[in-house]
Amino acid sequence: MNEQLPLWPVAASALATEVDHLYIYITLVSVVMSVLIFGVIFVFAIKYRRRGDEVPEPIHGSLRLEITWSIIPFLVMLTFFWWGAKIFFYNAVPPPNAMDVYVVGKQWMWKLQYPGGQREINELHVPTGQPVKITLASEDVIHSFFIPALRIKHDVVPGHYDTMWFNANKPGRYHIFCAEYCGTEHSGMVGWITIMTPADYQNWLAGGGTSGTMAQQGERQFEQLGCSGCHLQDRAGRGPSLRGLYGSRVQLTSGQPVLADDAYIRESILNPDARTVAGFKPGVMPSFQGQISEEGILQLVVYIKSLATTNTPGAPTASVQGGKQ
Amino acid sequence: MSTAIQEPEVQETPNYLNAEYGWKSWLFTKDHKRIAVLYLISISIMFALGGVFAMLIRLELLTPAGDLFNSDTYNKIFTMHGVTMIFFFLIPSIPATLGNFLVPMMIGAKDLAFPRINLLSWYIYVVGALFALAAIVMGGVDTGWTFYTPFSTTYSNTFVITAAVGVFISGFSSITTGLNFIVTVHKMRAPGMTWGRLPLFVWANYATSLIQVLGTPVVAITLALVGLERAFHIGIFDPAIGGDPILFQHMFWFYSHPAVYIMILPGMGVISELVTCFSRKGVFGYSFIAGSSLGIAIIGFLVWGHHMFVTGMSMYAGLYFSLLTMLVAVPSAIKVFNWTATMFRGSISYETPMLYAFGFIGLFTIGGLTGLFLGTLGLDVHLTDTYFVVAHFHYVMVGGMVVAYLGGLHFWWPKITGKMYPEGWGKFSALLVFAGFNLTFFPQFIAGYLGQPRRYHAYAPEFQVLNVMSTAGASVLGLGFIIPLIYLLWSLKYGKPAGNNPWGAKGLEWTTQSPPETFNFPTTPIVTEEAYAYAKHEEAHVG
Repeated sequence: MNEQLPLWPVAASALATEVDHLYIYITLVSVVMSVLIFGVIFVFAIKYRRRGDEVPEPIHGSLRLEITWSIIPFLVMLTFFWWGAKIFFYNAVPPPNAMDVYVVGKQWMWKLQYPGGQREINELHVPTGQPVKITLASEDVIHSFFIPALRIKHDVVPGHYDTMWFNANKPGRYHIFCAEYCGTEHSGMVGWITIMTPADYQNWLAGGGTSGTMAQQGERQFEQLGCSGCHLQDRAGRGPSLRGLYGSRVQLTSGQPVLADDAYIRESILNPDARTVAGFKPGVMPSFQGQISEEGILQLVVYIKSLATTNTPGAPTASVQGGKQ
Repeated sequence: MSTAIQEPEVQETPNYLNAEYGWKSWLFTKDHKRIAVLYLISISIMFALGGVFAMLIRLELLTPAGDLFNSDTYNKIFTMHGVTMIFFFLIPSIPATLGNFLVPMMIGAKDLAFPRINLLSWYIYVVGALFALAAIVMGGVDTGWTFYTPFSTTYSNTFVITAAVGVFISGFSSITTGLNFIVTVHKMRAPGMTWGRLPLFVWANYATSLIQVLGTPVVAITLALVGLERAFHIGIFDPAIGGDPILFQHMFWFYSHPAVYIMILPGMGVISELVTCFSRKGVFGYSFIAGSSLGIAIIGFLVWGHHMFVTGMSMYAGLYFSLLTMLVAVPSAIKVFNWTATMFRGSISYETPMLYAFGFIGLFTIGGLTGLFLGTLGLDVHLTDTYFVVAHFHYVMVGGMVVAYLGGLHFWWPKITGKMYPEGWGKFSALLVFAGFNLTFFPQFIAGYLGQPRRYHAYAPEFQVLNVMSTAGASVLGLGFIIPLIYLLWSLKYGKPAGNNPWGAKGLEWTTQSPPETFNFPTTPIVTEEAYAYAKHEEAHVG
């Protein structure tokens, strides 16, 4: 590729190639449509140029033509819609074996953490051939996590968890951009994704020293914030036990069930009375709003998630090491 | 500009320009034509200001490093470019100037239904604009014209409320103008001017007015809520105090997507007039062009979510918005096809306004088609918030709306001023605008697909060549806007007298003198034929 004037972005996943095909298809249709319209106008403009004072006879219209040029373009557009929707749905549902990476956007940097505990700023390392699910949280305003080489982006909205996923197939180092305007250093909120072969990735993982896995870090927070005083390991205390909670359906005081997922756990930490579990009183648990960062909350979520699947709290699970399940 | 207009000339027939003299006669006028001129001067000032901001943006982006301004200044510049251009130029542009001048004349009325409210709308606009200018002078705003929360409500340290108040106020000018047009079209049509005979420009402005009246209150409410949250920390949009930032986007785009049609529909109305006149032939598919304006106005209210595909909105909502986005493209396509068919077997001449009409059809077609790229879900995920979006909406807003506005201004300039502009200069600058525009914005489609995000003060070095092309094009485009400003002002004094109907056009506005007298027609015209009856070799009946 010409480095001075690149005309086409690198495609580093099968999805990126698929998006390229869709882009080429719509471009071709658009070029054909434009050439048709401009060609006809050009021919008319020459052929029917004004030659004298004669006034041409009016042509009032044609219902048949109007219907034709309404229906046919719409049918063509439906093919755009269909293909685009297929890609969008594929993007929306991460496969179950995806390896997790947690990303927190804050003015003006990306803070990343892997389940194994490794942290990075503005750098993301992933292996090829392994679906990667990114959970996005924002510490302040709306950001947008954009990886052009993978043709994906997702807004990072404060107060929400958002997810995106990809399965990279081309090792290399590619841009990460913040795509949603977020203030002064918006254009400095950029980073790099390094896509590596699985072997290189294992080496890279082994290289970084960590202070425990994300779940272990979450467990330490759990102790420090005093959560363990009420949420006991083996039975209900003043709050429900969190063992086996993650991914289960919980009955609320309102009688409604709720899926205990990342978003519900986050909400229960920051706004405990919003949806209280049946059998427990609202107003008992204090809000931790302002006392814990988005990164800390994510660690707690990962810790609580680990309680669902293992008997030893905080022990690394298979997905934590290299993301293989 | 106003001083030149006010100069008395010897032996001139009485008209709206020389009916009274002095600044009071302008500032207290109730004549829709004078109010149109007041608007013309005001929005030209805002357009020039927005243009200066645009040039500063392009100068900064000449190099990848953020070296000309600091980041905060750059962010304020692109914000003020958007705010002035969208709220204080594009939205009022055609309705408040050409629409104000022409809607009453085209339907054979003496004035709009509510002349005082019309004057009021200009004052409201000026007050709104003064707030926006005050925000600039005090230190600027850095939220982007979209005022996204919670950045605008909690994090920005700039004059958000002042600017929002300006936009809030100017919205009422838009609402009152819309209301005035709706009532005027319903109640003030001359005898014989049936709905089926209305000029297409009137239909377009009527559809626009519906959107203005129905949509603008929503953005006013939204901005008021932004102000409340910012000033009093009432939790509406900021999640830290119990709000939802996505709610803001739904409310904002519920107005701001239809607002795109507020900006483009009147332009389409102008093009319908230009194409028929310079083809000297009745329009093809009158009812489809008129109906498609209403269709756009209605469907345009149902597609706002296509700005929000990557916000985490439900994917089924995404499906719905994507499908309707495809649907809203149909009425626009109908217009393009009917304009083309109108030229078939016409008698086509190439004066400046027609060159702008050709330019419009070309650029708007590209703008519309690239809108389909963005309405396509899986592709929008990659394209949204990149320069592809910037290119797309400038193709519609500048390539479409501004080009139509310039075409209309040249077309009706003889009617408004009684003077012809110099045709050679007109054609030359129309070509400059077309060439400069494409050089500015076409490279941005490529930069966008490569992934260059919008609103970036500094950018990755591989995008530089494309950005240099954009900046070069912007200089040509700027020249293309400055030249008409000079020769149009020049023509006020030195232009050849235009006569009543220099283009041999149909339409009631061409049956009266140029410039028209204060109440437009000596006696109320009686309409006996359909619009654009070029073949009948008879003047519309006057008096």
